[in-house]
Amino acid sequence: MAQKKRIVVKGGTVVNPGAVAPADVAIVDGLVVEVGQGLDGDDVLDATGCHVSSGFVDLHTHLREPGKEEAETIETGSRAAALGGYTAVVAMPNTDPAQDSVMVVEFVREQGRRAGLVDVHPAGCITVGRAGTALAPYASLAAAGVRILTDDGNGVQDPLLMRRALEYARDLGVTLAQHCEVSRLTEGAVMHEGSCCSAMGVPGWPALAEELMLHRDIELVRLTGAPMHFLHLSTAGSVELVRRAKADGLPVTAEVTPHHLALDHELLAGWDPVFKVNPPLRTRGDIEALKQGVADGTIDAVATDHAPHAAHAKELPLDQAPPGMLGLETALGVLVTAVAPAPERLCELMSWNPARIAGIDDRHGRPVAPGEPANIAVWDTSEVWTVSRHALASRSTNTPYHGMELRGRNRHTIHDGRVVVRDRKALA
Amino acid sequence: MKHLITTAGLDAAEIGNLLDVADHMAEINSRPVPKVPALRGRTVASVFFEDSTRTRLSFETAAKRLSADTMTFSASTSSLNKGESLRDTIETLSAMGVDAFVVRHKSSGVPEAVTQWTDAVVINAGDGWHQHPTQALLDAFTVTRSFGDGNTMEGRHIAIVGDIKHSRVARSCMDVFVKLGARVTAVAPSTLLPAGGLPGGVAVAHGIDDVVGECDVLYMLRMQRERMDSALVPELGEYSARFGLDPARAARLPAHSLVMHPGPMNRGVEMLVDPSHLPGSRILAQVANGVSVRMAVLFSLLGGAAAGLERGDS
Repeated sequence: MAQKKRIVVKGGTVVNPGAVAPADVAIVDGLVVEVGQGLDGDDVLDATGCHVSSGFVDLHTHLREPGKEEAETIETGSRAAALGGYTAVVAMPNTDPAQDSVMVVEFVREQGRRAGLVDVHPAGCITVGRAGTALAPYASLAAAGVRILTDDGNGVQDPLLMRRALEYARDLGVTLAQHCEVSRLTEGAVMHEGSCCSAMGVPGWPALAEELMLHRDIELVRLTGAPMHFLHLSTAGSVELVRRAKADGLPVTAEVTPHHLALDHELLAGWDPVFKVNPPLRTRGDIEALKQGVADGTIDAVATDHAPHAAHAKELPLDQAPPGMLGLETALGVLVTAVAPAPERLCELMSWNPARIAGIDDRHGRPVAPGEPANIAVWDTSEVWTVSRHALASRSTNTPYHGMELRGRNRHTIHDGRVVVRDRKALA
Repeated sequence: MKHLITTAGLDAAEIGNLLDVADHMAEINSRPVPKVPALRGRTVASVFFEDSTRTRLSFETAAKRLSADTMTFSASTSSLNKGESLRDTIETLSAMGVDAFVVRHKSSGVPEAVTQWTDAVVINAGDGWHQHPTQALLDAFTVTRSFGDGNTMEGRHIAIVGDIKHSRVARSCMDVFVKLGARVTAVAPSTLLPAGGLPGGVAVAHGIDDVVGECDVLYMLRMQRERMDSALVPELGEYSARFGLDPARAARLPAHSLVMHPGPMNRGVEMLVDPSHLPGSRILAQVANGVSVRMAVLFSLLGGAAAGLERGDS
C-alpha cells in the first residue's frame, strides 16, 4: 500500500534540542518510525552534508487569498513555503475579507488543505475588519482552531481596546500579536526616518513609532498578565525593551524578519520600491542590535513577513508603492548568510519557538524521534546559490535579493509524511 | 551627464560650465529675435504629472528659443485618469520620438524611475520634496551674476527662510550653494526642518531676525497654508511674526543684499512687503534667468551644435 511506503532521509545530521548527531530518519505513514544508522527504505532522500530537523514554522506569512489572488494564492504561497523548508505557516489576516470570522478562517484552512504542501494556520484579527474599533469574536475563532490573533499591517492604536483585548484573550488561551506602529507618527511614511530619507525628500518612519507602542503593550502585558507576541521588531530600542520585559519575567515573545537582519535603509537611495517594507529597513546599528537580540535569546523567532505584490501594484513611485517583500524561499539563506547561527539555534528560531508561539507545537517543532509527526526539513548551510526573482514559486517577484548570492538552502521537505520538496523542486 | 535628476551628481566645475553656457543663452535672449537653431529637429516633451504653469512655460520657452519642437503632457487631461501607469505613459510618448523628457511629479524619485523606461534625456522639473535642480542652477546664476562674482559664491552668506523640510527647492539650493562655496543658513522652526538633519555645511537659525542684518542673500520660501493642519506651525500670524519679511526687517538688510523667492509668493504670509519696493529684489530676474538656465541645460544635455548658437533662426 502506498501509504505504508517507508521513506528514509539518509546521511544527514539530525538536529534535536541538546543533540546534533549524524543519523538516518525513517518515516512511515506520517510518522517518524526510526532514527539511527544504516536505515533503508522504499524511497531514499539523500541528506549528505545536510541538517535534518523539524520543518520550519513561519509566524508571519501573507498568502493574499482571499482578495488579492493576482499577488499570491494559498497554493502558490504554500509551494514557496515548502521550498523554503516550512511545514507550517501562520496566514496573516489582512485578506479581503479579513480573517475576523469563522467562515473566512475555515476557508483559508481548507484552501491550505487542498494545496496540501504545508499546514496553513490562519491567524484571526484582534479587531473586526482590522479597523481597530471593536473586538473580533475570539471565542468563536478559538473554537475554529485559531491560536494567534493580530491586526498585522495595522497596530491597535486605542490603548483601552488593547487592554480589553488582552484581558479577553487571556481567558481563552489565544495569543495576541502586535504590529507595533503608532500610526500618527508614520502618516505618509516611506522609509526609515534618518539622514537618507531627509536627503531624498520623503516622509520618514521614526523608530519611536514602533518603540512607543511596544512600550505601551509591554506595560499592558504587565497589567493583564496576558501573553503577547511582537511582530517584526526593527529597531535597537525595541530589542532593548523586549530584553528588559523578559528580564522582568513578562510573557512576551518577539520575532525579527530576515530582511531586517540583512538589509539597511540606504538601499532605498536607488528609489526601487522592492526595498519598501513596513516596518522599514533601518540602520546598520539597528541591524547589529537585532543580531545581538537573536544571539542572546531576546528574539525568539525569525519570521518572514512574506508579502507578495503583483508587479503592476508594486511598480509605483516610492511613496505610492505598497510595502512588503517576498521571504519564504530566501529566509533560511538570508539567516545563514547574515547571522550564521549554530544548527540548534537556527532550529529554535525557525521551528521550535515559532511552533510554540503559534500554538501548533503538537504537530510542529517536534523532536525528530520515533512516534513524532513527520514534518521535516532537510537543509544545507553550505550551499551557495544566487537568487533569481524569475525562479521563485511565489506568484509575485518582489524579492529584494534578486541577483544576490546566499549561503544556505533547503533541499527536501516532508510534510505530514509526504515528500513535498525533493532536491529543491516542489511537487506540482 | 546624461540626465539632470538631482544636483548631487554635479560638482562645482560642472555647475560653473552650465552657468557659463547660460551666459550665452542670456545674450541670445537679449537679441531682437531671441531664437537660434541649435536644437532644430529635436523634440522636448514636458510631462507634468503635477500642475506647475510657470515651470512648464519656462522650459517650453527655453526649448522653443533653441528651435526644438515641444509637446506637452499634463496629468489632468491624460489617460492617467483611465488607469494608465506612469511607465506606460513614458514608453508611449517615447515611442513617438522624444529626445528629452522634462518631468514634474508630486512623488519624490519619479524622474529617476523614468530614466529606466526611456533612452531619452530626462530633466527633473521638480519631484516631491526631493529636488528641483534647474531652480537651484538659476538661483546660483542669479546670485553670482548679480554680484559679479564669476562662478563662485565664496564669502557670501545665503539665508534660506521657511519650510525647508517640504521643499525640493531648498534641497537643491542648499547643495548647489554649498558646493559653490557659500555659507548657507537654513532659517525655520524645527518642525519645518528635515528630521534626519541638514546636509553638511548648512547652519540653522530659528528666526529671520538672526540673519536679516548680515546676509548677502535672503532667500524666502513659500509657506503653504496646509502646514497649519498638521501641527507644524500654530498659525500663519505667528509664522509671519518669526519668519516673514516685513518692511522693518527689509530696512535692516544690508544695502547690497538680494531678496529672492522661487515663487509663487504668498503675500501676507512670508512676504509682508511689496518686493517691487525692494531695491534688492531679484524675483523677476530669477524668472528671466530661468529661461536662460533651462536653455543651457537643454543645450548641454541634448548636445546641440555650438554653431547653432551663432545665428538667428531663418
